[in-house]
Amino acid sequence: MIPLSWYLILAAALFSIGLFGVLVRRNAIAILLGVELMLNAVNINLVSFWRYGDVTAMAGQVFAIIVFAVAAAEVAVGLALVISVYRRRNTVIADELDMMKW
Amino acid sequence: MTGEQIIFLITAGFTLGSGLMVVTARNLVHAALWLVSALFGVAVTYALLNANFIAVVQIVVYIGAIAILFIFAVMLTRRDMRESGPQMNKNWWSGAILAALVFAGLAFLLQGWGGFSKTASAFPSGFDAVGELGEALVSPDAFVLPFEVASVLLLAALVGAVYLAFNKK
Amino acid sequence: MDFWSDPLKVAADWLEGIFTGWGMDAVLAHVLVAFLGVLLLIMLLMVLDIFLVWVERKVVARFQDRLGPNRVGPFGLIQPFADIIKLMIKEDTTPAGADKVVYNLAPILSMASVLILWAVVPLAPTMFGVDLNVGVLFIIAAGAIGALSIIMAGWSSDNKFAMIGGFRQVAVMVSFEIPMITMLIVPTILAGSMHMNEIILRQDIWYVFLAPLAAVIFMIAAIAELGRAPFDLAEGESELVSGYNIEYSGMKFGMFFAGELLHAFTFGGFWAILFFGGYRFFGLEQVSPILAIMILVIKAMIGYWIIMWVRYTVMRIRIDQMLAFNWKFLTPLAFAVLLVTALMNALLAGAPTWLYILGMFLAHVVTGWIALEIARSVARKEREQVEGVQKTLEASH
Repeated sequence: MIPLSWYLILAAALFSIGLFGVLVRRNAIAILLGVELMLNAVNINLVSFWRYGDVTAMAGQVFAIIVFAVAAAEVAVGLALVISVYRRRNTVIADELDMMKW
Repeated sequence: MTGEQIIFLITAGFTLGSGLMVVTARNLVHAALWLVSALFGVAVTYALLNANFIAVVQIVVYIGAIAILFIFAVMLTRRDMRESGPQMNKNWWSGAILAALVFAGLAFLLQGWGGFSKTASAFPSGFDAVGELGEALVSPDAFVLPFEVASVLLLAALVGAVYLAFNKK
Repeated sequence: MDFWSDPLKVAADWLEGIFTGWGMDAVLAHVLVAFLGVLLLIMLLMVLDIFLVWVERKVVARFQDRLGPNRVGPFGLIQPFADIIKLMIKEDTTPAGADKVVYNLAPILSMASVLILWAVVPLAPTMFGVDLNVGVLFIIAAGAIGALSIIMAGWSSDNKFAMIGGFRQVAVMVSFEIPMITMLIVPTILAGSMHMNEIILRQDIWYVFLAPLAAVIFMIAAIAELGRAPFDLAEGESELVSGYNIEYSGMKFGMFFAGELLHAFTFGGFWAILFFGGYRFFGLEQVSPILAIMILVIKAMIGYWIIMWVRYTVMRIRIDQMLAFNWKFLTPLAFAVLLVTALMNALLAGAPTWLYILGMFLAHVVTGWIALEIARSVARKEREQVEGVQKTLEASH
């Protein structure tokens, strides 16, 4: 049988990898990719706590579904912003987007 | 080493490896494709946790919509076919140290918790997880309010995304 | 147990007995037997795929008032083998700037996304790949992987036509997934479950009589998902030089092509399962699983015939017309159908059977009629507007 610790360590590792991606990448879209990894790690945590706790309590799965919806909404708006910024400034490198207006 | 454990280890290795390639790939389309394989590994993890509905919804929502959205966005925001410049900023070592610290901190905190190594209890017989989930999402004394609010959130995101990315000619 | 009543289980048990007799671990023997079962199913599907090439070419020929292949073998039956040999001996080109891994992976993923669909298709009352309790949703997931493979093919070919074709095809696929998912919920509501086998077992009355409009919308959305005419703007030879599979030659193109045909047949099969009772035919399926499989294949062939019929009759639609059709007509109509079905199902829950069937059928017919009237009035207004502009142009000459 698989102890709960394995799933929690997997989720923690995926979260750290996502965090590394967010902190380190220059491209704005690559930062959003890191955020997606972090959201997935959180979801793994939620679902494994549902499974290893009380299986009849649906809060874990419902929370995971709400996180799906929030992640989808965030990616849609985030990528729309990135595309809109690219049209104006012709760059998506996060370091170069450092002026409000010129 | 039971079969389930072997499958979990293979899946976990695949997911974490794909995650590492996501954050270090030079070509951004490759990074998006590595994200697809990482998301697929996460879906297999959900299936191992007997959360069938969540596993299939993961593939439909994340791979079928979000990953394709990423690939579209990457293709629409590139100036040339080859990526230019370094893809990590100059403080990458401090980012790596911080990520490692976060992982170590999480692992340390979790292993101090009592239920860290508990094993899964079997499903009660005749338990229809999908049916229960459906009822929980629409019953007034369960989670219908977050469900409806999530749909309003998605509507707001839809309108916002269309408005932001609209090319007014 | 009797061989003819459950041949697959008897064969599987016999094989497992042999393997454990050789000293293999019981779990490993089970996994190996399952793997052999999967291999057998895939081989049968590929043989069916070859046969579908012949069917397609003969049918298109008859629709176009000609004979079709009739030289290679009797009635041209060996023609698909000649096609395969030709594709295999063709030169396997790869464009110079192509991304090799993604380029080679795309046709494999495309074929794989069609083959996994057969894991949830119940071939007989006891013969199915996996009794997944989210079987209906699994269809959408496989479609998502198919869309991914197309965008991979389009991007990795290093060719602008391929990329545009891939983008368009994925945009159409993602857009038409919404009416398709909504129409997949209708049999789920009527059967109360997402198990594919359960949906068939509950179809004492075929769901096409309870929800005819849902069957029609599902067929339209499925044809769009498949990328077949009239929605094949992404790969019409005259439009986009065959879109995302421009740079593919030889067996890779064969994979795309054969995958598309098998996908069409699979969706004919799903149409049969969800709306026409699957392998059931007035109790005939209880006699033997072989008969059940034959019934399912015949019904799937009828669905495939309808898909082919539409392909060779209707003209190709432009991409903006396609997307306008989806977002302005099909999606609202799909939601209306879902609402009406759920409402009528709840209202008529205790009614006698004939009232139930009549009520649901009439509700769908009325919804479809109202939708067509609205579409007609919108089209009339547009036509009058265009004619008004034309008249002013002519008057000013």
